Amino acid sequence: MHKSLIILKREYITRVRKKSFIILTLLVPFLFGGITVLPAWLAMQDDEEERTIGVYDASQQFENRWEDTEFTRFTFIPKTEFERIQQDIKSSAYYAVLHIPEDIVTTSRASLLSDKQVTFDIKNMISNKLKNLIEEDKKALIIDESGIPDLEEKLAAARTHIELETMKVDAKGEAVKSSTEIAMAVGYGAGFIIYMFVFFYGAMVMRGVMEEKSSRIVEVIISSVKPTQLMFGKIVGIGLVGLTQLVFWVVLMFLIVTGLQVFLAPDQAEMLQQSQSMMAANPQFQQAAQENAVLNIIDLIGNLNIPLILGSFVFYFLGGFLMYSSLMGAVGAAVDHEEEAQQLMLPVTLPLIFSIIILFPVVKNPEGALAFWASMIPFTSPIIMMVRVPYGVPMWELLLSMSILVASIYGTIWVAGKIYRTGILMYGKKVNFKEIFKWLFYKN
Amino acid sequence: MEFFKATNVVKDYAGHRALDKVSIEVGEQSIFGLLGPNGAGKTTLIRIINQITAPDEGEVQLFGRQLRSTDIQHIGYLPEERGLYKKMKVGEQALYLAQLKGLSRHDALKGLRYWFEKFEIQPWWNKKVEELSKGMQQKVQFITTVVHQPKLLIFDEPFSGFDPINANLLKNEILKLKENGATIIFSTHNMASVEEICDHIALINQSKKILDGPIDTIKEQYKQDVFEIETTVAHDVTAEFSRNGFQLIDYELKGHVQRVKFQLNNEIPTNALLRNLMEKMDIRSFREVIPSMNEVFIQVVEQANPKKQAHA
Repeated sequence: MHKSLIILKREYITRVRKKSFIILTLLVPFLFGGITVLPAWLAMQDDEEERTIGVYDASQQFENRWEDTEFTRFTFIPKTEFERIQQDIKSSAYYAVLHIPEDIVTTSRASLLSDKQVTFDIKNMISNKLKNLIEEDKKALIIDESGIPDLEEKLAAARTHIELETMKVDAKGEAVKSSTEIAMAVGYGAGFIIYMFVFFYGAMVMRGVMEEKSSRIVEVIISSVKPTQLMFGKIVGIGLVGLTQLVFWVVLMFLIVTGLQVFLAPDQAEMLQQSQSMMAANPQFQQAAQENAVLNIIDLIGNLNIPLILGSFVFYFLGGFLMYSSLMGAVGAAVDHEEEAQQLMLPVTLPLIFSIIILFPVVKNPEGALAFWASMIPFTSPIIMMVRVPYGVPMWELLLSMSILVASIYGTIWVAGKIYRTGILMYGKKVNFKEIFKWLFYKN
Repeated sequence: MEFFKATNVVKDYAGHRALDKVSIEVGEQSIFGLLGPNGAGKTTLIRIINQITAPDEGEVQLFGRQLRSTDIQHIGYLPEERGLYKKMKVGEQALYLAQLKGLSRHDALKGLRYWFEKFEIQPWWNKKVEELSKGMQQKVQFITTVVHQPKLLIFDEPFSGFDPINANLLKNEILKLKENGATIIFSTHNMASVEEICDHIALINQSKKILDGPIDTIKEQYKQDVFEIETTVAHDVTAEFSRNGFQLIDYELKGHVQRVKFQLNNEIPTNALLRNLMEKMDIRSFREVIPSMNEVFIQVVEQANPKKQAHA
């Protein structure tokens, strides 16, 4: 056991110290933070440039109703000036010139002239202004004709939005608000993380074994320790590297996302606080709070069975890793070259890929026969059962799936150990499945 | 009581017997040569001693009792297929391997420092293994084999990859280790080195032990009554030998010196022969030709597998 620890330590430290590991571990959360927060922040940035826009209103109906915005001023100009500017738009003092034709109400067309591309915001703002003003006129006309002065209020009152709350009733008969979307997101995310890590770190175990074999150090090592100790130390050491990376990613992403939010949008955080205190003071705002999506999501996540989900995640993460990495380690021991490994890797990784393929059907119907069987079969259960757990799975199913997985891990490690012990000292022999099958019945 | 003893060891692999009732005995503080053509079963026997694999039948004893799994720390093994982690630093790696042999970090560092100084390779400590030449790597491997002061050392083709200077250095180190009390099992094809350092040998061929004994006894056993005589005489002396009923094996003339190699094929005592020859020619030297280990090896293996060409 002591020697396994020495091996574990080496496997762990040499990998954690690698530049590629450090870069990946630090970079991914920043990229993630950047991808989620930056676009939102950039979109929030107001255009603070002051501009003046000339308006030639041939329809003669907007001048006194047209309002300047904070940074954009509008100057109404007569036809002569408009025509002069049209000739030589470059030297004009205006950022752009808006031409509202006489028949704007019927054609709904106007033009904005500029010597360079007008920004999207300006274009939007002007077309909205025109739209609102014209709609206002049209509405007034309709209201006038109908003889109902409060028509608009009445129509607004008729508009309906349905909020369908899904409630889960627990054993004590208490209804808990649940969300299919949140369960789906958590399940999908957890399943996918397990898939990624099992694949990546399982392959790392395989490469580690191959490195030992091809560099011929393995015979020196197994004259000091048992092959099973070497395999155990390697798998657990690399598994810990994976866990380390995962923990770093979660913590860093959390820090970066919250940090960026506070740093980039302090007023928003302030606003959130204000609205919360307002809500507390005034029961009328309780209704509004229900519609605050962010608070709602936090509320719903709180309603998930977090200890169960977290516990299952760690269990299936480790279980899936142990199972697949021991098999991949055996593959690494059986071959001499990377090319041969590819061929033997395929059958090992096939169930893993299959899990990802059926992920979507399972997410859509987590109670179906496919979901049930795939969460029992140990090769797919680490991913598929994890997808189902956030929806709530009957306890007996969860326990059965876990027991099958544990039993299968024992079986897999036994098989992998046999292949490993024989393969690791065998050089220059082309192996196939028949050959590997024979190794299972070798005495050590 | 023998230091190491294997009795009737049998090891089967699917469809082929790698060792067939092989027994060897290694005396304490001696160098035991384990010889044999490729694929004879030497490596299997060595792996059994290292407990990398277990024998199907037979008994293996160390220190006069059954071999135990904890004995690993008393054994140092330099395999024929050897390597190091390429990306790891030399010192770190040596430390790791020493710790796997059961040394504490402190003892391992002390032992390594001693050997690194002895081989004058301290500057390599922080170099990556891939930066070293093959010969340099072999030195590091040798150190990791002996650093835990094993009582039994097993060297499988230790000289392969060494230049003559370093091979000589290594040979002297091996002899010194023996002087300091270690017992050494030495497996090689290099018969010259066997003659130089081994006290006792066993020859394994096609899974069976076919020859075993102290090196001098074996050579004595395989001498074929061949003698070599050097004379300075003007005329050809070969007729002289034929007349006396000796079989001429080799004849060489260099200036005045004639060298004649011949085999005795009757019971004539050598002294009588010498007396006879002394009357006719001036004898510069006369000696019995003892076969080299190389000749013994080839002779024995070819006798054992008459059809196949044995590799020496």
